[in-house]
Amino acid sequence: MDGIEHRLRGLLRGEKRMIAQIISAVENDCAQGLLQNIFPYTGRAYHVGITGPPGAGKSTLVNAVAKQFLQQGKKIGIIAVDPSSPFSGGALLGDRVRMTDLAAHRDVFIRSMASRGSLGGLARTTKDAALVLDAAGMDYVLIETIGVGQVELDIAGVCDTTVVVLVPESGDSIQAMKAGLLEIADILVVNKSDRDGSERLVMELKFAMEMREREPDWEYPILMTTATEEKGIGQLVIALQAHIDHLSMTGKLEEQRKAKLLHHVHELVEQKIRSHLEENVMHEHDLRTLVDRIYRRRLDPYRVAERIARKIVKGSR
Amino acid sequence: MERKIRVLVGKPGLDGHDRGAKVVAAALRDAGMEVIYTGLHQTCESIVDAAIQEDVQVVGLSILSGAHMTILPRILKLLKTRKAGDMIVIGGGIIPADDAKKLEKMGVRRLFGPGTPTVEIVDWIRANAGKVGKSGKVGKSGKVPRHQTVKKKKATAVARWRKKK
Ligand SMILES: Nc1nc2c(ncn2[C@@H]2O[C@H](COP(=O)(O)OP(=O)(O)OP(=O)(O)O)[C@@H](O)[C@H]2O)c(=O)[nH]1
Ligand SMILES: [Mg+2]
Repeated sequence: MDGIEHRLRGLLRGEKRMIAQIISAVENDCAQGLLQNIFPYTGRAYHVGITGPPGAGKSTLVNAVAKQFLQQGKKIGIIAVDPSSPFSGGALLGDRVRMTDLAAHRDVFIRSMASRGSLGGLARTTKDAALVLDAAGMDYVLIETIGVGQVELDIAGVCDTTVVVLVPESGDSIQAMKAGLLEIADILVVNKSDRDGSERLVMELKFAMEMREREPDWEYPILMTTATEEKGIGQLVIALQAHIDHLSMTGKLEEQRKAKLLHHVHELVEQKIRSHLEENVMHEHDLRTLVDRIYRRRLDPYRVAERIARKIVKGSR
Repeated sequence: MERKIRVLVGKPGLDGHDRGAKVVAAALRDAGMEVIYTGLHQTCESIVDAAIQEDVQVVGLSILSGAHMTILPRILKLLKTRKAGDMIVIGGGIIPADDAKKLEKMGVRRLFGPGTPTVEIVDWIRANAGKVGKSGKVGKSGKVPRHQTVKKKKATAVARWRKKK
């Protein structure tokens, strides 16, 4: 027996092999039926995003935070995304190296994901993988993005709380402001506070945060941590819990989650239309002849696009 | 989409040389595979846990400490008890021919000696991974059938909407 029922039952029981295989199916785009069945069981876990520049200590921080949650008797799902090579399509997923304390713990599930061509700091299927962990009974799902630069901000659309991790050497805060990274932060962490310059960075961040648009009733904590020594982690855990309370008390949690679900639906529709296009409408050969004619100025791209779009609309009637 | 080959590259035991493991990991990445690197000094338990959570097809272990006769059988046994006996276990390191024979009998699928060209390892994994899913078959497009659960008949929201029109 290998049907959806069977897999769903295994997942809901929290069987690790089943969770892992379902995530693979999700990653490989063959799990729509399964996801439809999983979805009713999701919505209980609290999703936390951890983002920041390469090497800022995101994985080390996730490891330390997860340990504290475990002490509270919580179940933790972790998804750690690393980039796929745009050339080979391969990936070296090394975030686990920083999480060896957790690897064999009963109440932890860690999954490394390759970004697979996605440019927003996550893989396209990370959100769905997080839902799988949600259904598996995790209390918290921690999502670590790839090391981000300036525009990889997808995480904000996936999580309830976004933690932005910066380090003294990752440049002055002006860069972070430019990046939009500050705009998605609910909590800021200056990690590697054992190094010079962290206090100055905190000051600069305070100043920068005062200038950004802020929500009332949330003070946007700026914390100092030394993840390798597990210093400051207690504060971070408290801040996370305070943010959950803030979201639920103000009704923001529901509002935010609805906005994200709407966005998810949009994305899925786009994907479906795109694959419909690729499979049924835009045949490679026809397109090449068209482009030929466009190149010779017999046709123009605007009219061609219009015609193709019309064909799709007609076809779907 | 074709199912990606996922390989765990692990370094169980006490020796602290992971150059070889890293070189292999990089070669597999460059060959388009997704490589989960677990770092040094891993226990067999944590390696098996990682392999299961990462749903890899191949577990590659680099062992230079001479402890291969304890570590590899233990990994095989743990995988079996965790219902993951279908994962392919391969090893690298200095392993005497006698031991190698014994290990292969136990179920280690392949052992690569020191200095094996990485391309040989890449080719072997390409030829062998993904072929033995639970059902023992690979689907048409290279997908492993056990992952193909989309019921075609279950109309998607879009199709239903289309029908109504
Ligand atoms: N000195 C110091 N080093 C740290 C601290 N936190 C992490 N590191 C080190 O920084 C390096 C990178 O840490 P990771 O946790 O892998 O960083 P990351 O942000 O997950 O890196 P990517 O996922 O590659 O972007 C490691 O060598 C850590 O040991 C800290 O608080 N102080
Ligand atoms: Mg990391």
